[in-house]
Amino acid sequence: MSTLSTVARKSDGAFPFASELTAVASIAALGVLGYLLFPDDLAFLTRLIGITLLVLSLDLVTGYCGIATLGHAALFGVSTYAVGNACLGGLRDPVALLGVGIVAGAIMGIVSGALITRFRGLPQLVISIALGQLVAALANKLSSVTGGSDGLSGITPTPVLGLFHFDMYSRTAFVFSLVVLGIVFVLLLRFVRSPFGLLCQGIRDDDLRAQMIGAVIYPRLIIMYAVSGAVAGVGGALNAMTAGVVGLDSVSFERSAEVLVMLVLGGAGNLWGALFGGIIFQIFEHIVSATNPFHWMTLVGLLLIGIVLFVPRGISHGVAVLWSKVVTRGGQA
Amino acid sequence: MQTIFSIGLDGLSYGMVLFIISIGLSIMMGLMRVVNLAHGAFAMIGGYLASYALRDLGAGYAVAIAIAVVGTIIIAMPLEVLLYRRIYRKSDPLIQVLLTIGITFVIIGLSNFIFGPTLKPIPLPGELSGPLDIGFRMIPTHRVFVIVCGLITALALWLLIDKTEFGIRLRASVDNSDMADSLGIRTEWIYAATFALAVGLGAFGGVVGAELLPIEPFYALRYMVTFLVVVSVGGAGSIAGALAASLLLGLADTTGKYLAPEYGEFFFYLAVIFIAFLFPRGLFGRAH
Repeated sequence: MSTLSTVARKSDGAFPFASELTAVASIAALGVLGYLLFPDDLAFLTRLIGITLLVLSLDLVTGYCGIATLGHAALFGVSTYAVGNACLGGLRDPVALLGVGIVAGAIMGIVSGALITRFRGLPQLVISIALGQLVAALANKLSSVTGGSDGLSGITPTPVLGLFHFDMYSRTAFVFSLVVLGIVFVLLLRFVRSPFGLLCQGIRDDDLRAQMIGAVIYPRLIIMYAVSGAVAGVGGALNAMTAGVVGLDSVSFERSAEVLVMLVLGGAGNLWGALFGGIIFQIFEHIVSATNPFHWMTLVGLLLIGIVLFVPRGISHGVAVLWSKVVTRGGQA
Repeated sequence: MQTIFSIGLDGLSYGMVLFIISIGLSIMMGLMRVVNLAHGAFAMIGGYLASYALRDLGAGYAVAIAIAVVGTIIIAMPLEVLLYRRIYRKSDPLIQVLLTIGITFVIIGLSNFIFGPTLKPIPLPGELSGPLDIGFRMIPTHRVFVIVCGLITALALWLLIDKTEFGIRLRASVDNSDMADSLGIRTEWIYAATFALAVGLGAFGGVVGAELLPIEPFYALRYMVTFLVVVSVGGAGSIAGALAASLLLGLADTTGKYLAPEYGEFFFYLAVIFIAFLFPRGLFGRAH
């Protein structure tokens, strides 16, 4: 990943690491804001970060490669189970467990990529669903590995770097997850602007033309899927470590559908869109389901319909349009 | 032998239920190119209306089916005018997914609020609930009823689409919507009528199949995937394809559940992946 990013185009701004620094500053600011808004609910914010990583991972394949998938929770779920088992098996160092999650997610990514990217359109969507459901059925069946419907519990990683204990208020878990999110986000910002990332966007826009200039599509999409799986694996590892339990919900169809909704809400094909889509949707869901458990599903549904009617290309695009309007008006005045 | 017979009968009737519900979705996806994830929600509304008509209004079974179909169409048509029309044919599939999942969530939330989270039974009339003697063994009458319903639906749809004026216009709009429009076919009306037909079939299937797919608020999400899979395997817009896919997958699922129940839907989705590799455009799909 890093070797590719050294040759990346430095297009935006005169300052060499402007976008990376903006990203780090934004994520730190979001973390502080989250801490101030939900000081008693850091466990929720920690979970939010794990799922947001899954949204970023989905953006890599759906937003940057144009692959429609409703089975992305499989990548997440497989790595949560791998991390859970590794931790119960004695490997309890958080950083090593992140590594386990990354490897498991990447392997699952290669498997799903090899199957899903062979198709286009509706069959692709259906194959992705079928794959997700296969993994969910296996997770339920192989209870010696996954604990079946009871799940795995008692996942207690050792202190981070041997210094910071995971406390019951989730402070360590929150900060650890936030730092990991920041690192992954910056790496991904570079990755999608690398020649490889640009080629993937070319394949998304016009795969025939990409073939004409000599790109071999299928292996590239599989590599992208592996990277996406690694990112999902980071999210899954964080989720398993910080929650301490792994359940069937991490491979469920609802999880896949929800992250796709978050991605489209924020704006596919834009990492910032994925980041904010994930955060906004989950906070909205958290508040609404806590204040009005009867109507939260109705309200989430209405939110989705409203998004399609008013900002069909996602919040990030809507904000960009609004911003450019403000800027041009300011320039004229 | 007994097991094979039971599997065959249950698989056939389950497949027929899948067919009745999925064919509406298949026609919609063939004509309007809308991935309508809310189709299961419409089937669920049909089930709720029928249950309400039977248990609270005291209507007969046939009347309840009619109320369910007409009521669901009345509920769904405003959605067609206000929302679905925007996403016909040319829209980005991700937008379609977002909008129709939104509609599904709203319908689930509202039905949970109005009817409560419990299972809603649809009591069968006496003549359908007992066993039927077919000479060498007894079989549940309801299964036979479902199979007959499926066959009648397939036949009626074939007649409608292949033999009537409406069918000709519909097929013209499927093949080339712009040209059909220029030739004076009111494609907007065709779309609306097709939408009503699709929703009505969904509601009918929801009521008839309630014994096999019980009506509860999460029906819409739980079986939506199954319907979408059937349409994709059969090839969008094809009656024969949907019938073949429904029966094949119904049989695969029932066999899996009889012989290895602990694997859940594993065999169903394994069959899906196999078929998709053998027939990437669906069993009877056409290249677009």
